[in-house]
Amino acid sequence: MLKDQDRIFTNLYGMHERTLAGAKARGHWDGTAGLIEKGRDWIIQTMKDSGLRGRGGAGFPTGLKWSFMPKESDGRPAYLVINADESEPGTCKDREIMRHDPHTLIEGALIASFAMNAHTCYIYLRGEYIREREALQAAIDEAYDQGLLGRNAAGSGWDFDVFLHHGAGAYICGEETALIESLEGKKGMPRMKPPFPAGAGLYGCPTTVNNVESIAVVPTILRRGADWFASFGRQNNAGTKLFAISGHVNNPCVVEEAMSISFEELIEKHCGGIRGGWDNLLAVIPGGSSVPCVRGENMRDAIMDFDYLRGELGSGLGTAAVIVMDKQTDIIKAIWRLSKFYKHESCGQCTPCREGTGWMMRVMDRLVKGEAELEEIDMLWDVTKQVEGHTICALGDAAAWPIQGLIKNFREEIEDRIKAQKTGRMGAMAAE
Amino acid sequence: MLRRLHSEQPDSFAFTPANQAWAEAQITKYPEGRQASAVIPLLWRAQEQEGWVTKPAIEHIADMLGMAYIRVLEVCSFYFMFQMQPTGSVANIQICGTTSCMICGAEDLVAVCKEKIAEKPHTLSADGKFTWEEVECLGACTNAPMAQIGKDYYEDLTVESFTKLLDDLAAGKVVAPGPQNGRYAAEPKSGLTSLTEFDSGKTQYNASVQLAMDIKDGVKRIQGDEVPLLTPWVGKDGVVAGRAAADAPPKAPEAPKPAVKQAAEAKAEAKKEDAPAAEEQEPEVLKEARGGLPDDLKLLKGVGPKLEEKLNSLGFFHFDQIAEWTEAEVAWVDARLKFKGRIERDGWIEQAKRLQVGDETEFAKRAKDEGLYEEED
Repeated sequence: MLKDQDRIFTNLYGMHERTLAGAKARGHWDGTAGLIEKGRDWIIQTMKDSGLRGRGGAGFPTGLKWSFMPKESDGRPAYLVINADESEPGTCKDREIMRHDPHTLIEGALIASFAMNAHTCYIYLRGEYIREREALQAAIDEAYDQGLLGRNAAGSGWDFDVFLHHGAGAYICGEETALIESLEGKKGMPRMKPPFPAGAGLYGCPTTVNNVESIAVVPTILRRGADWFASFGRQNNAGTKLFAISGHVNNPCVVEEAMSISFEELIEKHCGGIRGGWDNLLAVIPGGSSVPCVRGENMRDAIMDFDYLRGELGSGLGTAAVIVMDKQTDIIKAIWRLSKFYKHESCGQCTPCREGTGWMMRVMDRLVKGEAELEEIDMLWDVTKQVEGHTICALGDAAAWPIQGLIKNFREEIEDRIKAQKTGRMGAMAAE
Repeated sequence: MLRRLHSEQPDSFAFTPANQAWAEAQITKYPEGRQASAVIPLLWRAQEQEGWVTKPAIEHIADMLGMAYIRVLEVCSFYFMFQMQPTGSVANIQICGTTSCMICGAEDLVAVCKEKIAEKPHTLSADGKFTWEEVECLGACTNAPMAQIGKDYYEDLTVESFTKLLDDLAAGKVVAPGPQNGRYAAEPKSGLTSLTEFDSGKTQYNASVQLAMDIKDGVKRIQGDEVPLLTPWVGKDGVVAGRAAADAPPKAPEAPKPAVKQAAEAKAEAKKEDAPAAEEQEPEVLKEARGGLPDDLKLLKGVGPKLEEKLNSLGFFHFDQIAEWTEAEVAWVDARLKFKGRIERDGWIEQAKRLQVGDETEFAKRAKDEGLYEEED
């Protein structure tokens, strides 16, 4: 288990002093100017060496992403945009950073922006997080007040502003180009890539979009060294990570743990076990709604990192939002609810997604009731395959995968329900 | 859910003075010419003030930001947090219904809403105090099931605690938001499993709840003077440091004007055109075609049956008439045809000169060969 002194977010639950003074007492904002003095190349190289992979879901190496930004300005300013539009069902980790440990994020924003030659950072916060917005803005105000932001930020010689912006309840704005569109005051519809944001992003200028957690861990990594961070987790899955465990565990919680921790240890140590014991575990969605679910029996020994979950279980770590479902759960209905979510959140730009999410939800509607033909399971599979990969952004894929996971792992449940409905013997089988 | 303008709209909208100052301060966050970026925060503030987004509010904000009305309306209808119909006078109850909350009992909370507020979402309760809706994941999944009421999250709900919560709100009581089961924030309910040395217990509430309790009323409409207005990014010298240090961002494309403005301007422009320009001079005109045999003016490229009629009515029937127009005469004809610049653009005079002497222009040949105007003939 990760030791407390190796945790980056030392005020995750907000029980400690939440002010700037409190943050400083916990070691934040310590020698920030000195880190910046070491230069752009050193910062980016250290981030690469640390092995940090983006915490927003896709797991792209953060240092590498930063290196895509132009080294020299061609007359356009560069921007850092922090993606705080935390809307992936199951995910609630960034909220804790922003309301309880905001200075990790603000300090990270300064250092990351410097590394990318950006004088301005926008934080795009989801609209529903109103108190979190107030808490984060209060922290930003305090940092300005103490000279940590603004002209000659933190004595580094770098002029730097952080602006807090917010959305208004559109999941799609978590996609980086949709987020940029939304930040420009438009509907959040993803842009075609290329050009990638590093070439032409916000206001047509070079832009990097990073997740809150990716930025918030930066100062600590630089202070303690790439080797320290890389010492946690398996090869290529380095570091510590915030896990958000929800659903049928005895004590759902958000907790920072080392990557590659086993699922069993995570649940036993922090969540007080599965509700009704391990034999009662039906399924787990290990990385937020967009990844396929995994059968409970395959999950107990699972290693919680990017490569294991993708390679061995055909799922993914995503945002490390673990949704646990016990055997009292109607798994078909649980996945149907995700289909409803994606139908609701499709931005309507690409036909396969706009229409497909509706089709998928309506077929799922009937599968939940069992009012379908057996062939329709394959038909549904076919539809998911036609949506997947045929859209501008990944929302189409994200809508298809949970259903594919359901059919792959729980086909007999669906079939049983259809058969029971046909023979009029609802109950015995479906009540399982 | 209504995603278009509501049928009944108030006559006007204005931000309260404090909200207006707040709104103007938000615009300074964005570079020159990019004030459209502030559209979502401004719409949101309007909703916090009024309870929902009205048509006058949309127009007011569009004018503030130099945006076309339709651009603001489409933003408003795209984002689901904007209520486009009146909501309960006390609060709109938003139950998170996505999977994590659903498997923890969100459907029971919805049942409470149906019983206590209204059968259907977005419908005012009998006393007009509440509306409710089921929303998608609100991002407090470890505290499921939960609901957002006003600006606050009420977490770890049960049917009992939620029912009591609704009763208290209806009675005008202030209820502390956050976890309703004794939890502090997102830590394990049974006690800390990490960060134990930081369990200081110094503050009564977690950060979100503290902010709500400071104002003492989470469901209050926002006037703008609840918290002091700070714009620390604008330095004492009135300069935004980071923006001054960076190179100037590329100029924003010119903001489109609202359609009504465009129409008004076009009208004004049209009026101007009606007044005769100084250098106009009336050319020589005929009452009727010489010998009753007019030339086929449609052979001029740019002249169709309609224009031919018009030209005839002005007194032009022959190519030689057109070929002899002077500049001032062209201006006179132009003003009456209401096709500014067309005569010059299509080169009528050039064409007329050639047609007059029996030469053929390419267009005239095509018009004849293909019988372009046969039906009219």
